[in-house]
Amino acid sequence: MIATEKDLKTHTMMLDGEAVSFTEGETIYEVAQRVKTDIPTLCYDQRLEAFGGCRLCVVEVEGQRLPVASCTTKATPGMVVRTSTATLEKHRKTLLEMVASENREIDVDPLRGYAAQELATLVDRYDARGGRFRGKRSGATREDDDNPFILRDYDLCISCYRCVRVCAEQEGDHAISVMNRGFETQITVEFEGLLKDSACTFCGQCVQTCPTGALADKKALRFAELPGAIEKTRTICAYCGVGCSVDVLTKGDTMVGIQPAMDGPANHGALCVKGQFAYDFVQHPDRLKTPLVRGDDGKLHEADWDTALDRAAEGLRRVVDQHGRHAVYAVASGRAPSEAAYAVQKLMRAGWGTNHIDNCSRA
Amino acid sequence: MSNPLADMEKPDVIFAIGTNMTECHPVAATRLKRALKRGAKMIVADPRRIGLADLADLYLPIRVGSDVALLLAMAHVIQREGLVDPEFLADRTKESETFLEHVKQFPPEWAEQITGVPAKDIETAALWYGRADKGAIYYTLGITEHICGVDNVQSLGNLALMTGHVGREGTGINPMRGQNNIQGAGDSGALPNNYAGFQPVTDPENQKKFERLYGRKTDLEKGPTKVTALEMAGDQIRAMIIDGENTVVSDPDRHHCERALKALDHLIVIDLFMTETAQLADVVLPAAAWGETDGVQTNTERRVQRIRRAVDPPGLAKPDWWIICEIAKRLGFQGFDYPSAREVFNELCSVSPIYFGLDWDRIDRGEYQWPVPEQGHPGTPRLHEREFVSGRGLFRVIEYRDPAETISDDFPVWLTTGRRLASYHTRTQTGRSAGIDYLLPEETLEVHPDDVAAWGLSDGGWAEMSSPRGCVTIKVRATRRSPRGTVFASFAFNDTPVNVLTGGGYDPVTHTAELKVCPVRVVPA
Repeated sequence: MIATEKDLKTHTMMLDGEAVSFTEGETIYEVAQRVKTDIPTLCYDQRLEAFGGCRLCVVEVEGQRLPVASCTTKATPGMVVRTSTATLEKHRKTLLEMVASENREIDVDPLRGYAAQELATLVDRYDARGGRFRGKRSGATREDDDNPFILRDYDLCISCYRCVRVCAEQEGDHAISVMNRGFETQITVEFEGLLKDSACTFCGQCVQTCPTGALADKKALRFAELPGAIEKTRTICAYCGVGCSVDVLTKGDTMVGIQPAMDGPANHGALCVKGQFAYDFVQHPDRLKTPLVRGDDGKLHEADWDTALDRAAEGLRRVVDQHGRHAVYAVASGRAPSEAAYAVQKLMRAGWGTNHIDNCSRA
Repeated sequence: MSNPLADMEKPDVIFAIGTNMTECHPVAATRLKRALKRGAKMIVADPRRIGLADLADLYLPIRVGSDVALLLAMAHVIQREGLVDPEFLADRTKESETFLEHVKQFPPEWAEQITGVPAKDIETAALWYGRADKGAIYYTLGITEHICGVDNVQSLGNLALMTGHVGREGTGINPMRGQNNIQGAGDSGALPNNYAGFQPVTDPENQKKFERLYGRKTDLEKGPTKVTALEMAGDQIRAMIIDGENTVVSDPDRHHCERALKALDHLIVIDLFMTETAQLADVVLPAAAWGETDGVQTNTERRVQRIRRAVDPPGLAKPDWWIICEIAKRLGFQGFDYPSAREVFNELCSVSPIYFGLDWDRIDRGEYQWPVPEQGHPGTPRLHEREFVSGRGLFRVIEYRDPAETISDDFPVWLTTGRRLASYHTRTQTGRSAGIDYLLPEETLEVHPDDVAAWGLSDGGWAEMSSPRGCVTIKVRATRRSPRGTVFASFAFNDTPVNVLTGGGYDPVTHTAELKVCPVRVVPA
């Protein structure tokens, strides 16, 4: 919920010695986020209901004996909160050491997903790599799931339940569930089956919220070995009319993946299987790379732009000369950008003074 | 959409008709799911038991093409039960008396005979929508792809007007646009009846305005629609430019369409791939794809957003706008010297009243929904808040009509067509994206299990399906998503060209084909 300036002045609390205003219903974590006070989390996704599972976001509240999870504790007037003390930091480091000890690896390829680096970043920040804790690991990787989109590398799972919650709360699909408890906890789907036999729609939201790369973008990982830094370009999805914001991931001139834009006005980070995974038509070998003109032999032959454009224009001129300006018609694309549609209609109107123009919306 | 996507989380009662939203607009559907979780009720009317129907509180399994009858009966109940909003009627609408008198003839029992939906369910739907504080209507091509597409849309308009479910948060009449920039193509003036920004070509003032801008007078007469132009092909129409449309596979009556394009003296196709349509062209020009070009597209809630270039186009491929401008320049036409997409878009803004307050830089973050009539205007997330574009909302008196073709002894089964989650249109894109085949390797005909048995078919076996226009062979899938007597297929796969069969009729106003209704015969192959 977006609070207005007026609401914000309603109450005040103390956060790390500063007086900050908040609106009723805000949690301590939300207040801290708003005033740019960083509190570490692993199970938090701003789009989901707070879960309070990872306990990294605990803070000290004056008058309370034990630290509380800031993501699930509502701010109250006059509350005095400390987000970073020696005790808290030690607690966080211990938690991270325990979490890290359960996983096969901490450093995962950033192509695994939008949030895949969260655990590694925190482990480094808290210098929690050392591993005082050794022994049992949790989660069993599902190598048998041969779906081409989602890697189910549960060796890296830390049971934050973000995938379970994003599937239920954000997607409304309820495909992902949890089996067992403690070290035996296993993220799974109905009847422990394959994703394709479950309610999964392969929207990839679980991949993008996973903070360890346990759920990962298999298509993007095809490019893990490709040298070069990953660059992100903000754009809008190429498919339906909802207009979801996405980041196109590239390495050099290769498109290597798609990640949802969490601040996209139409989608707030949501995507579907097409927007998430059906992007590689762009760099498919079938793409037309040169203009083609039909020769006297009745076949299409490669040509340079000048030849092809001359041929295109010449044919139009001949038809207009012989049959008049109403003998030409144009169909604009509903897929190309607006500049294309505008240019096509201008060609017909400014060129020949006709309204012989339509787009592909009637079928 | 009259209302923003964000409003989809706000209604008390959702009425979704002719929209397979969980497959065709999945991200929009997540917003409806959130509304349901919040306690909203949903009515879903669709011939097929689609995914959205599973989530509905009330599912109305209407016979294909019977929407008007359903909507008339809902209006009847709303009128009879006194659920009309008298203040809204008085202040915002006209000709309500005639309409309210008209609907008295159409009780739910009458509609039950036509739609196959139990009268009591029609009654319930009307009561829910009529009594809602915020009732919202969502529809897609299941409403428009009929000979009575305009009647369907206007019938929905009547329901919204009589209850005042328009111009407020969580209400409205909300068509979901199917293509990324189909809204933008119309906004930009790629229509036979409108200049950019929906300025009618028949208005002499607009003619003067654009003569001033373009240096040439344009006809006062509307142009033919694409459907008509294809009928004129080889006769009055001798040359065509087709930009980014696989007309041959996506349009109804494929054989007619192929004949039309072959009859042209000159066909120019601009596309990403050698599509079935490009194969017929005299000149094929390679376009830069999504991700390879900068530009603007407008979404279903009228949000004007920038798309950006991430990689270079392959080989010699160029942006569509550049290709078109080069053709124009070679024809000696003035006003096509644009250094980049930015200048093209800024010119569009300068000639369009709905984009007038926008420019390339202003839309960088996609904050604006049109109309944005002047600079500094915040945009218009919600239409019709105080008044309608035409002043008052006009009630339309509409009668039910049968589809162009109805089932007969020769063609006793209703075929309805549509889309599937994992494929997009004619698969020029999804068919070339790795992994999609894992989810959807081939087209299938969805048939009710009882019909599979009754017609001598087998689940996974082959059927021959024919209409007066042609015949296709297709694999059968038994599913209760299809009602008895109605089958479903998509037109995505070129090797199962379902549009060989369709095309029995067109809406007389929009010329949209009746792709949702096609009587067929289905026999074992």
